[in-house]
Amino acid sequence: MNTAEAYEANEATDTHSLEMLRVQDLHAFYGESHILHGVNFNVKRGELVTLLGRNGAGRSTTLKSIMNMVGRRTGSIVINGNETLHMKPHHIPRLGIGYCPEERGIFASLDVHENLLLPPTVRSGGMSLDEIYGMFPNLYERRKSQGTRLSGGEQQMLAMARILRTGARLLLLDEITEGLAPVIVQKLAEVLVQLKERGMTIVLVEQNFRFAAPLADRHFVMDHGQIVEEISAAQLPSRREHLNTMLGV
Amino acid sequence: MTMIFGVPLAVFMGQLTLGLVNGAFYALLSLGLAVIFGLLKIVNFAHGAQYMLGAFAALLGFRYLGINYWLALILVPLVVGGFGMLMERFLLRRIAHLDHLYGLLLTFGLALIFEGTLVNFFGVSGARYTTPEALQGGMNLGFMFLPTYRAWVLVAALTMCLFTWFMIERTRLGAYLRAGTENSQLMQAFGVNVPLLITLTYGFGVALAAFAGVLAAPLYPVSPTMGSSLLIVVFAVVVIGGMGSILGAILTGLGMGVIEGLTKVYYPEASNTVIFLVMILVLMLRPAGLFGKEA
Repeated sequence: MNTAEAYEANEATDTHSLEMLRVQDLHAFYGESHILHGVNFNVKRGELVTLLGRNGAGRSTTLKSIMNMVGRRTGSIVINGNETLHMKPHHIPRLGIGYCPEERGIFASLDVHENLLLPPTVRSGGMSLDEIYGMFPNLYERRKSQGTRLSGGEQQMLAMARILRTGARLLLLDEITEGLAPVIVQKLAEVLVQLKERGMTIVLVEQNFRFAAPLADRHFVMDHGQIVEEISAAQLPSRREHLNTMLGV
Repeated sequence: MTMIFGVPLAVFMGQLTLGLVNGAFYALLSLGLAVIFGLLKIVNFAHGAQYMLGAFAALLGFRYLGINYWLALILVPLVVGGFGMLMERFLLRRIAHLDHLYGLLLTFGLALIFEGTLVNFFGVSGARYTTPEALQGGMNLGFMFLPTYRAWVLVAALTMCLFTWFMIERTRLGAYLRAGTENSQLMQAFGVNVPLLITLTYGFGVALAAFAGVLAAPLYPVSPTMGSSLLIVVFAVVVIGGMGSILGAILTGLGMGVIEGLTKVYYPEASNTVIFLVMILVLMLRPAGLFGKEA
């Protein structure tokens, strides 16, 4: 049974299991440097959680570790019931994961349409091209342009849009609002709300707390390669000041 | 008699054709090098040897197995390309994480081993591969005599170049290749089996060299050293064209062949060096090459 079938079977038989992602005692290393020091968190199906923290706290590395894009990892990463720590990097997305990197990763040698069609379908039930172009009309207008000729905001939308086509149900989004104009940040917030309505599970690494706060179900605060605090949406109003000091904003 | 800049038209056209045919080989070989370099970031010094292996496989296949030219044109690239995939899988992959210089050294060493082994068995003098009957003779175009085989080489090589261009620029697999060239780690994160893509790409580049080798077999003496002498020129062509574009490799290859051919008409003494002069000029004026992307 390949990983995709395992995933399907798991989802069919294990309907009471609500957990999409469980990370336990995750350590990650780049060469000699030890970046993550025992990260623990879980994400339920259909939930939107954020990883907050200062630069260098290990938030992006956590996402990269889940995708097996760092040097060495120990601990446990269970995605939808499958332990993925020893999976090859290209097998992990086939469990139904879409990854949007911080640097967006738009390909210069491909036009917008090709960029959009690039990631292989990992599961059925992804959004159709029409739906995606409906959600991001700008991309349709610029579909013949070279990918990197787009504005920063358009590139970000493209980076998001292309993983929606693949049928991924768990989205790992790294700093999607970074350096973007408020109107585009607003648009991205609307998109995230729509994705949540579609039942997607989302892990959001965010610097812009004002963007993340109204969207998320839970917040995990990271520092020095560990999760140091978990704050639910309900606790948020009372903890806001505390959080601001922790994040240094 | 019609003269062009003091040279008889027939001589001029003859050298032009010769130049185009040589250029077609440059194009095929530099194309393979560019494709391999793009994804693997390896300067494939075994490329000349793989071209030579193509010619030798055609020669030996005919001699011992009775495989005719047309069959060889299909089988040899598959066999030599498959051999290339084994090289990638079991040798190049092991050093992929090291500095690219190691890949250059390894492929150079392999080229020496291939050549040395064949020299040991067949010597360096070279053997003749008979032109297939259908392509013997030539056509009188009125202003010049065009050997059929040379015309065929030109057509076959350009068709293969265009096929490669189409595969890379217009298909989904080609999009994977282009994207993998830019950011292979992200491609893995999308679920693309990049190690397999790398093996296939190397095999394809090697198959292109072997295809050129089969085309060359009836034209040049088939000898173990036929590739190494050509490879230096092909590297110059790649430097001139730049690593950026597939079409660039094709056009530069043809263009350099023509320039070389015409130099033979007007100043034969420089015909062996003219490509390197162009390379120096290009490096001074456009360091990334004519079609390369400026870093």
